[in-house]
Amino acid sequence: MKMLARTAILLALMTVLTGIAYPLAVTGIAGLAFPGRAGGSLVERDGQVVGSALVGQCFEDPAFFRGRPSATGPFPCNATASGGSNLGPANPALLEAVRSRVDALRAQDPGHPDPVPVDLVTASASGLDPDISPAAALWQVRRVARERGLDEPVVRALVEALVQPRQLGFLGEPRVNVLDLNLALEALPR
Amino acid sequence: MTGNAILQDALLLGVLVLLVRPLGGYMARVYQGERVLPDRVLGPVERLCYRTLGIGPGDEMDWKGYAAATLAFAGLGMALLFAILVLQGVLPWNPEGRPGMSWHLALNTAVSFVTNTNWQAYGGETTLSPLSQSVGLTVQNFVSAATGMAVLAALVRGFARRSTRMLGSFWVDLVRGTLYVLLPLSLVVATVLVSQGVVQSPETSVMVTRLQPFPGVDGTRSATQDLSMGPVASQVAIKQLGTNGGGYFNANSAHPFENPTPLSSFVEMLAILLIAAALTHTFGRMVGDVRQGRALLAAMLVVFVPLVAGLHAAEQAGNPAFDAMGIDQAEGDLSAGGYLEGKEVRFGVAGSAMWAAATTAASNGSVNAMHDSLTPLGGLVPMVLIQLGEVVFGGVGSGLYGMLAFAIIAVFVAGLMVGRTPEYLGKKIEAFDMKMASLVVLVPCALVLVGTALGVSTAAGRAGILNPGPHGFSEVLYAFSSAAGNNGSAFAGLDAATPFYDVALAIAMFAGRYGVIVPVLALAGSLAAKKRIPAGAGTLPTHTPTFVGLLVAVILLVGALTFLPALALGPIVEHLQMHAAG
Repeated sequence: MKMLARTAILLALMTVLTGIAYPLAVTGIAGLAFPGRAGGSLVERDGQVVGSALVGQCFEDPAFFRGRPSATGPFPCNATASGGSNLGPANPALLEAVRSRVDALRAQDPGHPDPVPVDLVTASASGLDPDISPAAALWQVRRVARERGLDEPVVRALVEALVQPRQLGFLGEPRVNVLDLNLALEALPR
Repeated sequence: MTGNAILQDALLLGVLVLLVRPLGGYMARVYQGERVLPDRVLGPVERLCYRTLGIGPGDEMDWKGYAAATLAFAGLGMALLFAILVLQGVLPWNPEGRPGMSWHLALNTAVSFVTNTNWQAYGGETTLSPLSQSVGLTVQNFVSAATGMAVLAALVRGFARRSTRMLGSFWVDLVRGTLYVLLPLSLVVATVLVSQGVVQSPETSVMVTRLQPFPGVDGTRSATQDLSMGPVASQVAIKQLGTNGGGYFNANSAHPFENPTPLSSFVEMLAILLIAAALTHTFGRMVGDVRQGRALLAAMLVVFVPLVAGLHAAEQAGNPAFDAMGIDQAEGDLSAGGYLEGKEVRFGVAGSAMWAAATTAASNGSVNAMHDSLTPLGGLVPMVLIQLGEVVFGGVGSGLYGMLAFAIIAVFVAGLMVGRTPEYLGKKIEAFDMKMASLVVLVPCALVLVGTALGVSTAAGRAGILNPGPHGFSEVLYAFSSAAGNNGSAFAGLDAATPFYDVALAIAMFAGRYGVIVPVLALAGSLAAKKRIPAGAGTLPTHTPTFVGLLVAVILLVGALTFLPALALGPIVEHLQMHAAG
């Protein structure tokens, strides 16, 4: 009996300490030290919140840069139900999906001379990947420039300016934030 | 591997090894009841806990008392968590109005979090209220980790003490481990994570206007994006440090709000391995010979490093079926390339491979890439790391007590070879000790194989499989390995939110945890009661490279003999098929 009482007391103490006090302490510290980041790194344009810098949005208009394919349900880039496809590498459903993504990209840009970068046709782990590789952004320059009536070098320069190198010079991989890139693209005179 | 990948991996392991000594020494002081720095702030809280519990800081328990307290605490924890999850719909702090869980999903989740597994058959952001996440899950993230560390402390005292029945007090160990190890480290890690963009918000949802409308539900174009949020950083910090692994969001640490940058990923990987690695030094300190801890850490690294390299190579090689489709998987200056299905660009193959190995070596189970989408040989590595018994780092506490059971088996094997009574750290290893050590090693193995057989031979089990062919078998094998090893990661295509998997995996998780903890504590009691015999000319030294080699051989041999046939039916045959077709 004594043991059960102690068990209950200990659980109650730990609930207060780690389940209530600790998250509140972190919320307090976060709100004071990093309010923008704790709140989701929201991005504004003309005073309107247009997304989070960290969460991928899907773009299908050929005049915008596309991000990673998203396998979230029931619709892509659903930021309330993150997840990947979980398809195995030999699954016919995966190979079919990848092939149709390649075809869709090529249909919007017939005659593109280069093979499609792998990150443009494979679903990300979260379904919300905000980034693509510099190669994937550069591959799309031809299409985006044509759709917008811009010179390719202008769009290419925009991509190159927005490439984020490895963090601290060696962590992770070089990448381009797709929302940033499309916001910058929209700011260019057409 | 490229130079940069090697640099990232070497730096992670370098920082880890550098932290082993200071943190391990600190934890030795915590478990030996000495004063530590946070005592100035948390001392009054500690003493308040003891007063409320009606105990003293110097109380002691024998192994049966310690085991009873451990089991009672777990049992009540499961009951409370089960109640919170089932009643979620009528409890406060539920702004989205989430309904309660079904009994089997709540049972599975309660067992999962109390056993330090954090297998998640639900999607966090679509299923749970912030109350369930914080007051339910975060609490168990702390105390299940503290329980593993407490049981380890009891076992280490069994080696360190002589001619006594007493192993310390479960209550004291749990309170001190939580207050002085897990809470301060979690506060630091959580703050660093927020600085990188991990959210910690009282809001659970923020609606933003998309730059471009995109098809939403039912194909209607939606101009908005609903961002799920919540108190994420606080939970992510302890889920990594406590080798729990349960994500706030369904995508776990692949979700940008749980793991937004390469640096946050580095910190989280470090947190996954940190305490488990440092406990080797705590062990060395407490038994009075730090070389003994170093030997165990060396054995862990000897197994770990080649497996990381193998995983990386398999993923970097890409998918052979892609080559014919005009897809560029090559590594270059503008793209890290490799096989990126189920991976995030910011981590690439290097950051995903290291994580997949770290999270399964330590029985953490959080993921930053989807393991179900790894290549066959890439997916084999996490499975093997779990099946080796979660002793390569392993869970906090549980990894090292598993490793110590292997060390006992290793000295026994060596004793057989030279015909001497085996001894370890001055304790004669006798029949009872061997039985307990064997149970520690064999219980999870049996659970994995029996569970997998059940899963693939019943209609209810096969119904959950997503991927056809050998990959589907791998999904079931992975699920039971993960549950019995208290890891919690998944080949997540498996639909495990069914009564069959909820209950079967709950049994595997429960038996994989307490079917090991009870023999460990019995072993601790038996060891503590023994006299300490001085090392003689015939004593096998257990701090040498020879012993490290022997220990690694025993671990690999047990793992290979047990699991090679099953692995051959899953990832190995899938690999052969994929390359034959390509």
